[in-house]
Amino acid sequence: MSDVPAPAPGPVRRHHWIVRLTHWATVVLLAGMIASGLQIYEAYARFGNRGGPYLPSPFNDAQFPAWSRMGGWLAGALNWHFALMWPLVACGLLYLSHLVASGEWRALLFRPRDVRGAIEMQKYYLGLRKEHPPQGKHNPLQKLAYTFIVLLGVLAVLTGLALYKPVQFGWLTWLFGGFQAARYWHFWTVWIFIAFTAVHVALVFLVDPRSLVAMVTGWYRGRFPSHD
Amino acid sequence: MTKRQTGRRQDATVRGIDRRAFLKLGAAGGAGTLAAACGWDGGNAIRPNLLAVSRINDWVGERVLFSPTRLARTYSPAERSPTLPSYFISATTPMLKDPRLWRLRVDGLVRQPLELSIEELMRMPRVTYTVKHHCVEGWSGIATWHGAPVSAVVEHCMPLATARYIEFVSFDAGYSNGWDLASALHPQTILAYGMNDNPLPPAHGAPLRLYSPIKLGYKLTKYLVSMTFTDRRPGGYWEDQGYPWFAGL
Repeated sequence: MSDVPAPAPGPVRRHHWIVRLTHWATVVLLAGMIASGLQIYEAYARFGNRGGPYLPSPFNDAQFPAWSRMGGWLAGALNWHFALMWPLVACGLLYLSHLVASGEWRALLFRPRDVRGAIEMQKYYLGLRKEHPPQGKHNPLQKLAYTFIVLLGVLAVLTGLALYKPVQFGWLTWLFGGFQAARYWHFWTVWIFIAFTAVHVALVFLVDPRSLVAMVTGWYRGRFPSHD
Repeated sequence: MTKRQTGRRQDATVRGIDRRAFLKLGAAGGAGTLAAACGWDGGNAIRPNLLAVSRINDWVGERVLFSPTRLARTYSPAERSPTLPSYFISATTPMLKDPRLWRLRVDGLVRQPLELSIEELMRMPRVTYTVKHHCVEGWSGIATWHGAPVSAVVEHCMPLATARYIEFVSFDAGYSNGWDLASALHPQTILAYGMNDNPLPPAHGAPLRLYSPIKLGYKLTKYLVSMTFTDRRPGGYWEDQGYPWFAGL
């Protein structure tokens, strides 16, 4: 960690094929889940029992543009949603199993000792610090982001189960504050995913475009070689 | 407004769009097409596969996740929703010309076919509960229901060993639902003749409706006229249009 970042001597192998496959499959599957989800939302575009009160949301009674919805009508959207959920969860489990089996989780899991480094990275991004702090495969802010997004995925699945089978998984529905509150959290995971993706893509192009090539080919020849 | 009009209108829109969307898919290909294919329900090529996955989900719901003894949470009458929407297929509220002539016909694969009046159903064990109603659209509401458990009727009609499903038929424009036997025999699945301490109102399926907090609302047949035990999985009004068949909660 104390090394100064230096130009990479040559391409380094960065992403296992399982990581690349699950990354891009998730992009497609999550887009399908969100689009069918927005179509499902349209059938009852608020959160609360009939007659209210409703949970606060800027999207009450909103209808999302046609291009953002998939399924055509409620049944079509439900069938998409309940078909895509299987490969999406399979992708998540395959990815997590790979992280555990390969030991790669160590480079990704944000731990308390990463807090200081995260603050230094934030200073760099805000221009309060000139040189890029030394880092391993991922900097502490990336670790924070990639740990967070896995937890968000878990939240999306659990709130989804709470909605799908609110009697069989009644304890889960109760945990999220009831059926309507579970809908509410399930819905918010969408906007957090979208916000994450916007920042994620912006940073790739602004800071390290080579990382996009690495996520396709597996090989990295950019500015931030691993010092782990 | 009836649910059917909503469904029909949306369905018609879909049919108009999907061929165009399908051609777009063929032309463009890849993930970007997801965005271009607005309103896409899979087209003629994919829709059957989506329905096949839906059948797998039915199997998972019925055979893996469903517990015949786990009860839905109950509420106190004070927690009832001020209103509970009601839907029917007919243009106006379905009503019987002469309610005194109404009987529930119980037939099919049974040793003892029955013709039950409301009075006879009321003499069976009475179940009252206050539960949350879940609509497939995403809304929910709490109401109290009174009725005879389907299991009590089953004791009287004695289904044959070959009976695996029950088809519930209404006098509302032929609306019907098919149920698996295990869900029908769940202790909270009842033939309801009362709602919120009153006789079942016409808007909610008078004189008799199927009720259960373990299924989505569209499985809860209103305006009942018959229940038929079968060995073949019966379809249903919404189920035949693509909604999930099992719809267990």
